[in-house]
This record gives sequence, C-alpha cells and structure tokens, in this order.
Amino acid sequence: MALYSEKVMDHFRNPRNVGVIEDANGIGEVGNAKCGDIMKMYLKIEDDIIKDVKFETFGCGSAIASSSMATELIKGQPVSEAMKLTNKAVAEALDGLPAYKMHCSVLAEEAIQSALEDYRNRKENK
Amino acid sequence: MIYADNAATTKMSRVAIDTMMECMEKNYGNPSSLYSIGQEAKEILEDARKTVAEVINADPSEIYFTSGGSEADNQALLTAARLGKQKGKMHIISSAFEHHAILHTLDRLELEGFEITLLDVHEDGLVRPEELEKAIRDDTCLVTIMYANNEIGTIQPIAELGEICRKKGVLFHTDAVQAVAHIPIDVKRENIDMLSSSAHKYHGPKGVGFLYVRKGIRVANLIEGGAQEQGKRAGTENVAGIAAMAAAIKEMASNMEENAEKLKKHCDRLIEGLKEIPHSALNGDPVKRLPGNVNFCFEGIEGESLLLLLDDKGIEASSGSACTSGSLDPSHVLLAIGRIHDVAHGSLRLSIGEDLTDEDTEYIISSVRDTVEYLRSFSPVWRDLMEGKKEFIL
Repeated sequence: MALYSEKVMDHFRNPRNVGVIEDANGIGEVGNAKCGDIMKMYLKIEDDIIKDVKFETFGCGSAIASSSMATELIKGQPVSEAMKLTNKAVAEALDGLPAYKMHCSVLAEEAIQSALEDYRNRKENK
Repeated sequence: MIYADNAATTKMSRVAIDTMMECMEKNYGNPSSLYSIGQEAKEILEDARKTVAEVINADPSEIYFTSGGSEADNQALLTAARLGKQKGKMHIISSAFEHHAILHTLDRLELEGFEITLLDVHEDGLVRPEELEKAIRDDTCLVTIMYANNEIGTIQPIAELGEICRKKGVLFHTDAVQAVAHIPIDVKRENIDMLSSSAHKYHGPKGVGFLYVRKGIRVANLIEGGAQEQGKRAGTENVAGIAAMAAAIKEMASNMEENAEKLKKHCDRLIEGLKEIPHSALNGDPVKRLPGNVNFCFEGIEGESLLLLLDDKGIEASSGSACTSGSLDPSHVLLAIGRIHDVAHGSLRLSIGEDLTDEDTEYIISSVRDTVEYLRSFSPVWRDLMEGKKEFIL
C-alpha cells in the first residue's frame, strides 16, 4: 500500500495554482517552520468572485497536495462559497489523507480563511 | 533504482541468501536434539558463532545470538542495570543521540530508579572523552555510547571511551549496529565489554543479530525458557538466519578495506557536489564518519517532499524531518547536534551501498540539486529568506 492516494500524489507532483499574485487583494499565511509546514495563499477577488488564487507551501507531500486542492476548490467560486471550505472537503477531494496528515488539510482550510479575512479587512478599511 | 538507504536496511547478499535457503532446506533439525541432523544444525550454529566472533576479535563463547540490534541493546542495558543495582550503583551514562532502542530502555530504567546522564554530542556529532571522564561517578554502573550514529554516521572515539571506562571499573557497552562489518572493530583493544549488532545492516537477513558480552560478566535474560545460548536467551535458534548472518559478515569483513575506500570516494564526491547547493550544510564531522554516510540540511525546504520527489527519480533515501518520523519533532539526532527545527525538517540522509557507480553519484547530485531548487521555488520560507525578511541559518 502506498503512503498517499493517487490523487494526493498527482497534486503533489503537479501542484495546481503554484506561485504568487502580485496584485492580490487577500493574502493569508499560516503554520510555522518549527512544525515543518507553512502555507501562503494569494487571492485576487473581483465582484466577490475568486478570479484567481495561488499558493506557496513549505511542507511535506500532503501539505503541498492539500494547498493545491484547496485552491482548485475555491477558484472561480463566490467568496461566500469559499468561506464554507472545510478541511474535510479538502481531504475528501484528495481521496483521503493518512490520519496523522489530517492537520495538513486543516492548515489549507486555515490558509484560505486567513486570506479571505485579509480581503474583508482590506475592504472595510478602504 | 539507486538504493541509498543502507543505514535503514541492506539488500541481502547472494551468499547470505544461498546459505539461508540451503540451511532451511537441509538443516531443519533442532540444534538441541542429539540425533545427527540436530547436531549438524548445532555445528552450523557454532561455526557461525566463530565467524562472527572473529570479526570483532571476541571469543565465540562471548557471542549471544539475538533477534537483532534492539534486543541486543535491551539485553546489554538490562544486564548492566541488574549488576549495578546489586551493588547499589544506579547511575548510567549515555549520549543524547543514541538509537531509540537505547534511549527508550534508559527511560524505563529511569522509572525503575536509575539516574541517567546524557553526554553532549556537540556540533560535530562527537562525544568528548574528557566529558565522559568527568561524568563518571562512584555509583556509575554503565556507559553506553553508540559506535557510529545511524543518521549522521559520526564515529565515536570508542577506544578512548573504553579505556576510561576500564580504568574506572565501569561497564562499557556500544551499540555498533551501523559499524560492524563496515569499519574495523576490536573489542579487546578498544576495551568494549558489550556490543550490539544486527545482520540486516550488512547484507544479512532481518530478525537476527548478536550481543557480545565479555567473559566474566553475568548476562541477564530477557527471555526465559530453554538452555539455548548458554541459558541466556531461550528459544530454538534461528539457525538459517544465523548461518546467513555469518555468511554475510564473513564476506563483508574480507572486503572491508576495499569497500570503505570505494564508499568514501563516492561520499566525498557527494559531499563536494551537494555543498554547492546554496544554504546547505553537512551534518556531522566531515572526516570521522562512516564511509557510506552523507547527511545534509537544506534550508527552506521540507524533507518528506524531497524524498518523495527523489523516489520519483528512482533514488531511495531518508530524512530526519518530522513528517517522516510520524511525530511533530524532527530527528532527535539533528536536534542534539544543534540544528534548530526549521532546518532539521529539511534534512536528507544518503547511505550508499557498495554497488554505487560514478554515474549514480553524479545523478544523485544533480537530482538533489534540481529537486531542492524546485521545492524552494514555491516555498514561502525560502521567499522570506531571499527577500531578507528572515535571516539564513545555514
């Protein structure tokens, strides 16, 4: 039996939406290097729709795959939908994660939520 | 495939497989039986004991076959602890980066009332003999220091440590699982009282090893039962496994010098090549290390993703990152030599085999370089370092 599902390996080997959005209007970063996982999400939101999303991740295979899957799940979605993203949805979309790797999907959820919060804060402060 | 995880386990040698198969087919007798096939098995066992003893310059009667290195470590520590307790000596000295077979056994002994001192292994991964000398007390019953470290490969000054222990009258055990059959060991010259070894680290089978205990030391049993192994390790002997271990160790011992030279040449090249990767560092002393071990930290990346991508390129290696250990902390070995968590997560251990070629070496270097570069290209840690928001550690 392999460590990860085919889906996880696919997203790990060919991560979607990798990189930076220079004019992002929502950025979130979670995790810390001490624990071995950091995720950074960049959102470009227009008319309350997530037009573009990119990520950078320092972490293990499942952390990279979770970031990739999370960006796919919210890309093109309204902000209200993206706010409902859960770690469970990320893990399920990856055909499951080993129990001790579930925190990677939690981190992906938190990174998205943190970027959305940054977007809301920026909007309110305008 | 390039198998570069020989510190985890090795591929069985042809001679070990053949010996094992033949033994299983022909010598199924119980060595404790008096009829001829039993006695033949007994003979195989005693021949193996002689072979193994010769490699470390011990007497055959000082060799106890076990199920492997962990059992040998447990039995050695328990033996010393029993003897210590009888004399009211309840202090044990070890090092901070021992194998868990030692550290976890020490945890248990601590619960039973023993006091444990762990010596510093410093940034180079080496114990200082003068620090051992200072740490030994009147109530010290055992010093246990590994011969060579399983992760970073550093070789301890065993002869010096042994001399100090002998002079002070303290039992000296060494976990030599990574060292036996790879580098020369002489238990007499190095004043080693007890030594653990495991067959699968030198192309023998898994599930078999041995404990050497110097004559005159009363061995404590872990397993009670029949009179096998001088009554010190009950259970019908793993004759085929033991025979295969002897065949493997014999072959390795006779090629030791030549193998070490070859491995060292490749490792020197690997170290030279990997050092060129910016913000990387070799772990452990560059010279006093096992001939086949290379261990690096690369800043800004995490080890598990590095291993998975190297696996895709056909290179099998290991890492001390938390994600590969199944715990939240990276390797205790890397932490013990002062690598902080942030960089310890980005470690890579290559433990190469005797069949590695020059081409393989170059392929490993370019593959690691490309993969580290790729992972850094989307690492937020690397970005912060490059943009000056964080200071480089390496």
